[in-house]
Amino acid sequence: MSTPANAISEVPMAANISPMRRFCWSVRRELWENRYLYIAPLAVAALIVVGHALGLVHLPDKLRAASALDAMQQQERIGQPYVFAALLLMFTTFLVAMFYCLDALFGERRDRSILFWKSLPVSDLTTVLAKASIPFVVIPMLTWVITVVTLAIMLLLAGGRLLGTGLSVSSHVSFSQTTWILFFHLVVGHGFWYAPFWGWLLLVSAWSRRAPYLWATLPLLAVGLVEKIAFNTSYFGGWLAYRFMGGPERMQHANTTSTMAHLALTPSQSLASPGFWFGLALAAAFLFAAVHLRRYQGPI
Amino acid sequence: MACIEARGLRKAFGKTIALDGIDLRVEEGRILGLIGPNGAGKTTALNAILGLTPYQGELRVLGRDPWSERDQLMRDVCFISDVAVLPRWIRVSQALDYVDGVHPRFDRAKAEGFLTKTTIRRNSKVRELSKGMVTQLHLALVMAIDARLLVLDEPTLGLDILYRKQFYDSLLNDYLDRNRTIVVATHQVEEIQHVLTDLMFIDRGRIVFARSMEEVESRYLEVIVHPEKVAAARALKPMHERQAIGRSVLLFDLKFDRTRDGVDRQQLATLGDVRTPSIADLFVAVLGDKPGEKPGDRARQQPGAAQ
Repeated sequence: MSTPANAISEVPMAANISPMRRFCWSVRRELWENRYLYIAPLAVAALIVVGHALGLVHLPDKLRAASALDAMQQQERIGQPYVFAALLLMFTTFLVAMFYCLDALFGERRDRSILFWKSLPVSDLTTVLAKASIPFVVIPMLTWVITVVTLAIMLLLAGGRLLGTGLSVSSHVSFSQTTWILFFHLVVGHGFWYAPFWGWLLLVSAWSRRAPYLWATLPLLAVGLVEKIAFNTSYFGGWLAYRFMGGPERMQHANTTSTMAHLALTPSQSLASPGFWFGLALAAAFLFAAVHLRRYQGPI
Repeated sequence: MACIEARGLRKAFGKTIALDGIDLRVEEGRILGLIGPNGAGKTTALNAILGLTPYQGELRVLGRDPWSERDQLMRDVCFISDVAVLPRWIRVSQALDYVDGVHPRFDRAKAEGFLTKTTIRRNSKVRELSKGMVTQLHLALVMAIDARLLVLDEPTLGLDILYRKQFYDSLLNDYLDRNRTIVVATHQVEEIQHVLTDLMFIDRGRIVFARSMEEVESRYLEVIVHPEKVAAARALKPMHERQAIGRSVLLFDLKFDRTRDGVDRQQLATLGDVRTPSIADLFVAVLGDKPGEKPGDRARQQPGAAQ
């Protein structure tokens, strides 16, 4: 960690620090400060593995019972704990990301440490981008890695339990397919499809002087309410739900998300859809506003 | 080149005018003390200099516009804005790593060297350190940065006297040997008197007093007047009069009125004990508390009662 830093300090005058390097240090700083970013999903993963290990006792019976069902139902029944594990981890890191975003630019003003950060030659743009990279890139990637490792451990444990029984889980659960579905779901879905949502939370965090949680939710509620009262429509609420659920296709399946295939990206989330790019543009606008606000904001 | 140059610097928060057209010029290598009552505009002025707040008027710091060129400026400018602004969660080693990672002029070995003189451990978190130790850590970080301008806004507020003294001693011994400009704003004026080269008083958004310390020493005199010569001393129009331990202390501006002859050191020396006023006394003389008012009246009766 300190090796490259030491190398630089030997020639303090000559060294010129690239913006990329400042960015990387700023991301690292975020991880130092917010250790719950990885501790929370790791704790949940540990719980899942322990729970799964305890439940292995009944696995052979469960598999035998499932063999009577048709192939589709079998896959659903046997794959269920794995889907559940992935969803639980996803939900955990979603909450973590929300919590992180709302605190990211608010906390440093509340504890006055913004004065220290601003005394260093790191621009507001670099700082806000580093903070934004956490929900946009770091958390999805981290969630993916943790989920894949968790699923691998679960499958290995199941494989160990089933040794000599002639039964198998892997024939019903495709690990590599799951891995890729999860990758696209997390990185594209959670990172980019939710981008306007993260951008909004970061903006609220940069703007509010108190209670960022209320400011993040009440205006959205107010817009929906005003629309309902004035026009008796609910386009705004519908749009929010649409962003949340990942497009109209996902919304139809909302109650039946029980196999990994349902986590595959919907056409609305594809790079070709205008909704995807509109979301990114909106996120960029929110971030731009957050950078601007951080320039003006002092401690609170 | 001037390190800081301002012309007509203005800043208003709503209807409150924080800076009311300030003109100032600080040459490189000076150590300026910025003194003013609460709400005088000290912090606003420093924030403008540091590019933390937008302003009206002209302001150049090291030849740059601090608001629009803040990112570049911060490579040459360093500041301690307040005690205890170091993030509480950070470890000492992380703070060193981070500043080393982002600051091109940070000399890590120097910061480590400074820290070894303290009892601060590398793996401590800031929240585990005492207030004095946090300041030591901040000073260690700042002093290891080869900045051309260092701005200190109440850097020792709330520290006990040992840490305050140590702070300014470190600043004097380890920092001042090079050609750097330092601006200090503080209420604890006594401790910085011997450090400063320039002195500036700010009140209600205006600079009301700006002199070099040499000028202060040659121009202002405080006379602890012999009781029998008080009337004669008052006739020489002191700037200010106060009572101390039963004697009148009169503060004179030797260049107050050049047409009037006679007010010089020799003459004043015959009236009592002559000395250079402290910054605090000068501050009171310039800003408020006219001679013969409240505190003086009561004090004047005491010598009579004693005799």
